[in-house]
Amino acid sequence: METQTRKFEILRYRPEEQSEPEFRSYEVPCMPDWVVLDALNAIKDDIDPTLSHRWSCRMGVCGSCGMLVNGRPVLTCAAFVRDYEGTIRVEPLSNFPIVRDLVVELDDFVHKIQSVKPWIVRKLEKDVEQGEYRQSPAQLEEFKQFSMCINCALCYAACPVLASEPDFVGPAAIALGHRYNLDSRDEGNAERYDAMHGHNGVWSCSYANECSQVCPKHVDPAMAVNQAKLTGALQWTGILPKKSMT
Amino acid sequence: MEVIEHDILLVGGGGAGLRAAIAACEASPDVSVGMVSKLYPMRSHTVSAEGGAAGVARDDDSLELHIQDTLKGSDYLADQDVVEVFVDAAHKELTQLEHWGCPWSREPDGRVSVRFFGGMSVKRTWYATDKTGFHMLHTLFQTSLKYDRIVRYDEYFATRLLVRDGVCRGVAAFDLRTGEVKCFLGRAVILATGGGGRIFPFTTNAAVKTGDGMSLAYRAGVALKDMEFVQYHPTGLPGTGILITEASRGEGGHLKNKHGERFLVEYDYGVGDRAELGPRDMISRAEILEFEAGRGLRGPYGDYVHLDLRHLGEQKIDQRIPFVRELARNYVGIDPVWEPIPVRPVVHYMMGGVDTDVDGATPGVEGLYAAGEVACVSINGANRLGSNSLPECLVFGKRSGEAAVAYASQGASEGPREALVGQAQAEEARLDALRHKVGGEKIAQIRRELNSAMEQGCGVFREEDSMAACVDSVRQLKGRYADIGIGDSSRIFNTEIVQALELGNLLDVAEAVAVGALARRESRGAHTRRDYPERNDADYLRHSLVRFAADGPRLDYRDVTITRWQPQERKY
Ligand SMILES: Cc1cc2nc3c(=O)[nH]c(=O)nc-3n(C[C@H](O)[C@H](O)[C@H](O)COP(=O)(O)OP(=O)(O)OC[C@H]3O[C@@H](n4cnc5c(N)ncnc54)[C@H](O)[C@@H]3O)c2cc1C
Ligand code: SF4
Ligand code: FES
Repeated sequence: METQTRKFEILRYRPEEQSEPEFRSYEVPCMPDWVVLDALNAIKDDIDPTLSHRWSCRMGVCGSCGMLVNGRPVLTCAAFVRDYEGTIRVEPLSNFPIVRDLVVELDDFVHKIQSVKPWIVRKLEKDVEQGEYRQSPAQLEEFKQFSMCINCALCYAACPVLASEPDFVGPAAIALGHRYNLDSRDEGNAERYDAMHGHNGVWSCSYANECSQVCPKHVDPAMAVNQAKLTGALQWTGILPKKSMT
Repeated sequence: MEVIEHDILLVGGGGAGLRAAIAACEASPDVSVGMVSKLYPMRSHTVSAEGGAAGVARDDDSLELHIQDTLKGSDYLADQDVVEVFVDAAHKELTQLEHWGCPWSREPDGRVSVRFFGGMSVKRTWYATDKTGFHMLHTLFQTSLKYDRIVRYDEYFATRLLVRDGVCRGVAAFDLRTGEVKCFLGRAVILATGGGGRIFPFTTNAAVKTGDGMSLAYRAGVALKDMEFVQYHPTGLPGTGILITEASRGEGGHLKNKHGERFLVEYDYGVGDRAELGPRDMISRAEILEFEAGRGLRGPYGDYVHLDLRHLGEQKIDQRIPFVRELARNYVGIDPVWEPIPVRPVVHYMMGGVDTDVDGATPGVEGLYAAGEVACVSINGANRLGSNSLPECLVFGKRSGEAAVAYASQGASEGPREALVGQAQAEEARLDALRHKVGGEKIAQIRRELNSAMEQGCGVFREEDSMAACVDSVRQLKGRYADIGIGDSSRIFNTEIVQALELGNLLDVAEAVAVGALARRESRGAHTRRDYPERNDADYLRHSLVRFAADGPRLDYRDVTITRWQPQERKY
């Protein structure tokens, strides 16, 4: 297979050496089946070892390699070079502080994920010897889609609310909290209520739907937010109990 | 230097590490756990496991059958007492994960579904469509979040175990964000750093699978066991090495050569009449023999065969193996509903690893434990059965977490603090020097040469001369590694330093693999020699043990534990 040389403009920022981020260009010989991540690795290996970026699985499932490519949040291991024309611009995810180059600060994102208590809450735990909880395929289907989130944070980069309200708990965290609320094995709805419906919860969302458009795993976090708003409203008005809904 | 103290220290936050951390918390109400991981835990490579996890679930199955299948799959190199412990606990662990919320696929009556897998004689592989590892890892990670006693040090890279007089009491690691080296002290250390498939060029393993924990333990004085056994998976996508799960065959897919023949059925490859459900070592060999007989298809990345799923139909593909469809469409532009998928053998899993006992304790270094792919507790022997290693992470993650707590609370001493901190300070000095290192060799170049030496010497079929050449090459590369130059002297998120350290680990692991392979003059499981095509129980029904020494690795052997099942010819 023949390579084709492509031009990349990459936002570089090394805080020990630079006061401001700036673009640097690289000419990279690319194979026809390469993804953008392959080009970044080729730069690191053979052109400029000082480039820093995160990656691991290179199969779209670990969530490490999210960046802006030509302004849009994507997984770079699933974004094919051949699908872009002309110069390809790569930047770190928006709405996050830059640590260095293409690496952003994610601790706040992980705290938000944790804040919705994403684990099964039960009054009485069942012993392992007693076997599994029965859950019908239909009950599984209720929440399955919202369990597909790979925590790639693309939706946070796309969210217009987060740009102005950084404390908004955000699409992925809400989808995850909602996933547990919908799980027939869970009784933790009330414990999640504050994080999901409090000051920085679902009501901050203006339904721009950007999150669902960029989500690489079809989680549709915007739908989760909307569904959660509805159950939250019913709970608030007392039509639905705040406690266990099953 | 900052000193951080916990009762138990974990290195690694994948399936095994998270399970160990939770077990430690459950074993004692006040134990504190520090978890050091070079990745955010949910990025760990457990995330990429697709097909499923084995555990007896049905009336037509039994513990006895799961044990027999595992032993036969291992070509009788697994320790039988350990396999019994494993099988007995595997299904309970999978149930535990169900209680924690894992979205296992279900039967209409609400019970968990199981599917066929290679080398398993009945349906016993639990699955969450074909993203089993992803769901297991996220379930474990999310469950771990409820314990505030698990303190995470995400994106910290461990570079050295702190060991004094044969007792391990800590680990030195640096924070990627600041470059700062910190001294972690604890009464027990558990390694759960995963495998090292990246010693090879063409692999399903993520970039981060560089055998770090194997090298850490090796340099601390623990032997690496059965390293010569490297599993090739028969269905990787050419070029990228992305895995197409064995579940695609478990659900009924066929392997075909260029004539459209199901070659496993047409020719005598020993996989039996269940053909595509044979074990991985045998099917990978069959594919290579098809290539050599000129019956493979030719592509830009060499020969391949076809994995044909068309007869399953769109509905079954979407229901059972949707990720296979997504991967094939995205990465090779093929929709398996309409076209067969090109596949070839790809390096997938290391049966070998850090020598441990059934509780994960490492002989020789007190206070040090290992679990998951980094360890060789010895349930996989010469060939792991698909879907046994996810439950292995759970069963032995849990056992080592509990054993570490028991050890730490039974009066394990604190260790000589000054000496340990001194070791961490020496590590800081070493890394400082590394960041400014001047030299003529390039990291990427040495890695490429290492990869190609391993592929040529330690592939699916092996021979004396090519293995000896491989041992030589690795040794030379180790010499050249001493002369690498580093272009990036900054502290903040310096991934060039990470790559340099990982390369050092890869070289250790590769050398152990090659040395073990050269010395084993027989064919067993995944270790197949053209010059010694038969299994030789008289001389080699033994585990190999490679130990670190300044002037090169030392090799010796230990007998396999046989209890109730006598080794037999391995026939399917
Ligand atoms: C593509 C693929 C598919 C698979 N499918 C299946 C399947 O269907 N069924 C099955 O049973 N098995 C499967 N396997 C095998 C199985 O997934 C792995 O063996 C298992 O997940 C390994 O888990 P682990 O916890 O040992 O390691 P990992 O999940 O790899 O985790 C390693 C951890 O160690 C950390 N770490 C490593 N080095 C350092 C360091 N120097 N400092 C600090 N932290 C470090 C990492 O950050 C990470 O958190 C598959 C493997 C692959 C590659
Ligand atoms: S919801 Fe989608 S875009 Fe957001 S973090 Fe999860 S997978 Fe990524
Ligand atoms: S590298 Fe894992 S999602 Fe891209």
